[in-house]
Amino acid sequence: MPKRAAIRNEAARLRACFEQAGAQVVETPVLQPAEVLLDLYGEDIRARAYVTSDALRGEQMLRPDFTVPVVQAHMQHGAEPARYTYAGEVFRRQEEDATRANEYVQVGYELFERDAPAASDAEVFSLFYNVLEGLNLRAATGDIGILMAAVDGLHTAERRRAALRRHIWRPRRFRALMDRYSGQAKVPESRVNLLAMVDPMAQAGMRIGLRSDVEISNRINVLREDAAVDPISKNEVAMIDAILAVRETSDNALEHLRDIAVDMPAINGAVDRLAARLEALDGRGIDLTKLDFEASYGRTQMEYYDGFVFGFYAENRPDLPPIATGGRYDALTRQLGQGHEIPAVGGVIRPGLILDLGGVK
Amino acid sequence: MSIKIGVPSKGRLMEKTVDWFGRHGIVLGRAGSDREYAGTVQGIDNVELILLSAGEIPRELAAGRIQLGVTGTDLVREKLGNWQNQVKALAELGFGGADLVLAVPQCWVDVDCLDDLDAAAAAFRVTHGIRLRIATKYHRLTRDFLRDNGVADYQLVDSQGATEGTVKNETAEAIADITSSGDTMHANHLKILHDGLILRSQATLYKSGSADLETEDRVTLLALLEMLKV
Repeated sequence: MPKRAAIRNEAARLRACFEQAGAQVVETPVLQPAEVLLDLYGEDIRARAYVTSDALRGEQMLRPDFTVPVVQAHMQHGAEPARYTYAGEVFRRQEEDATRANEYVQVGYELFERDAPAASDAEVFSLFYNVLEGLNLRAATGDIGILMAAVDGLHTAERRRAALRRHIWRPRRFRALMDRYSGQAKVPESRVNLLAMVDPMAQAGMRIGLRSDVEISNRINVLREDAAVDPISKNEVAMIDAILAVRETSDNALEHLRDIAVDMPAINGAVDRLAARLEALDGRGIDLTKLDFEASYGRTQMEYYDGFVFGFYAENRPDLPPIATGGRYDALTRQLGQGHEIPAVGGVIRPGLILDLGGVK
Repeated sequence: MSIKIGVPSKGRLMEKTVDWFGRHGIVLGRAGSDREYAGTVQGIDNVELILLSAGEIPRELAAGRIQLGVTGTDLVREKLGNWQNQVKALAELGFGGADLVLAVPQCWVDVDCLDDLDAAAAAFRVTHGIRLRIATKYHRLTRDFLRDNGVADYQLVDSQGATEGTVKNETAEAIADITSSGDTMHANHLKILHDGLILRSQATLYKSGSADLETEDRVTLLALLEMLKV
């Protein structure tokens, strides 16, 4: 059987499994309005998605994933709770590695549910776990919500917390900000000079561009306020580092995080949510003593997952990307819904990779 | 068959390239009038000169339609994904030097580094409802640089020329462009961010990585490279 047809059959089989789990099938267009995706993901999406255009509709993107169109479809006419499944091609630009596929099939399962997040997370994860059983994959899990709660709990100015939250998914800038806010990094000389001036705008010279004097002055005021804020304590920096370093089996990770929460009670709620999720996973027969948990998992590739995150990897095939990935993306629904939020969790499988591994036995 | 050398078809880059080859005993010239884009090569047999826009030379090298080419580092890195696998840099020629830099209006007294740019972009988006616009023709290089440095809430707008004017014309808030002395930036009331150097570029001699040559051409190319001492 030709490869494409085999992949399509495997996709149909997986989608049927998801239908059996209660999902309704959705179809979405291949062409997506570029503006929505750019607003969500920023300019970086251009490096990952193919952009095309016409004179009437402007820029369009070949769908890089199903999440956005499925959320939009649900918001227009979805009942609650709702479960959806889909199968189809996604398209990803590959500019660095020509061996990576730029077009492949994804099969997904998305659950929109408001009241029982732990049960929903466990439902999605165990569904994937069961569907992939027999492939001998390693499951990786994490929870971005714990780091977010830790940032929210820092004893510092709200602006600093907001800046850190904004860069949760950019570890390098997050680290640079932590260094600056904790007094580890030197304040740039230009900043010191600027703040020493009585009237910084006096030497601003000719004004050009849209950014007004008011905006510039506002930022200088913000910088002045920020310069007066006490550094984030060594203790709190150490606790953020401790959280980011948590990497063990889920049962041990939970205990470890409970220990950290004694000194950082702000993460108690998030750790409780992790505990509830683990209990729900246990109830579905997942062995927590064998399930890896990594607090920093999903920070680099999985922007907009803001809670539970997971991935399934073929350990003996390090050349392959993850066979399946997923997670919770409440914030994305909040942004797409312009105020309306629909807590959501879901994931995708790549049937082509399952076949590369020899298929589910 | 013959070996084809791609050289920029106009301006100082062309003149200096001709001088450089001349110093190595290879005389490049135009076939007919000054306006004709066919060339002559003296000093070695079976080598052809192809005059091209500098921006097209990376693509022609990658396709193997020319075996050698002179163009800027900036253009190769912008236009070729995984450039090291497609072309090989043989020699930096010591001219055509220019830096690809990020620049903002001088009147932004609060913005001096990428950290400031990122913070200003976040505030700009809240105030104006659009992501801060950076005008450039170097989309890939600029985007990679900003991603590596964790700058968010910006958008790239295409500008193929007179990029320094886009801020005053209010079609962009900042620019990423090539400068050699910084004079044009200064004259347009722009300043370079102190950590805003994206790439140092200069005219470079490249060899195609894809060219599968016949024996005769391989001999010619070896002789040519020996004369050029690369």
